[in-house]
Amino acid sequence: MKLHNYLLISIQIDLDDQTAIQFQEDLLSKIHKSGATGVVIDLTSVDIIDSFIAKVLGDVVTMSDLMGAKVVLTGIQPAVAMTLIDLGIHLQDVPTALDLEQGLIKLRQELEE
Amino acid sequence: MDFQSCVNIQKEWDIVGARQLGRDKAKELGFGTVDQARIATAISELARNIYLYAGTGKICFETINDMNHKGLCVIASDNGPGIQDISLVMEDGYTTSGGLGAGLPGVKRLMDQFDIISEPGKGTEIRTVKWVR
Repeated sequence: MKLHNYLLISIQIDLDDQTAIQFQEDLLSKIHKSGATGVVIDLTSVDIIDSFIAKVLGDVVTMSDLMGAKVVLTGIQPAVAMTLIDLGIHLQDVPTALDLEQGLIKLRQELEE
Repeated sequence: MDFQSCVNIQKEWDIVGARQLGRDKAKELGFGTVDQARIATAISELARNIYLYAGTGKICFETINDMNHKGLCVIASDNGPGIQDISLVMEDGYTTSGGLGAGLPGVKRLMDQFDIISEPGKGTEIRTVKWVR
């Protein structure tokens, strides 16, 4: 979904590795086509993030950044956050926000900097 | 220990199948949502290792339910190339596949018990247990 210059994306399915890679490609081509400057990826319905999906998400943030679009991840569930830390994954350079609304605020801040 | 059920890991989608079955079993046993996520994530890492490094193998589940404790035992086994240096693969950040190198040390932290037996040329068996608190 597109709102102003932002893309809003919600992941609603249990991601297997191939779908995750496909998602990465689709998102980058969508940024390219739409000229979006900001992206919110909402993970509210995602109940598992393993090391592979974490890598794909971290990479897509870096890749979008290279293209000139900021990405904010939103809605990471408490159980998912705890599991990621157990795995040793900190996603430190990845901007996150509590929910979609906060994500849009964060995106605006990131873009103003 | 009452019964065992297994998921064969042959294609990528089986990773998702294994972790969904594991989560269902964890739910049945009365694990909370955080532990369900921990177990499902650990299974995902173990199943991916089988798929990436051994090609095929299986993930088996045993429910432990006796007087004193309740838990889920997850056993990942394959007949792949085995692991040459176990202490190396248990190091955070070590990877041969371009991943994050979080898999096995991560699984160890996610679960309560972790045992690994591997023989080069024969295969690997990883046995992990999570107890219901």
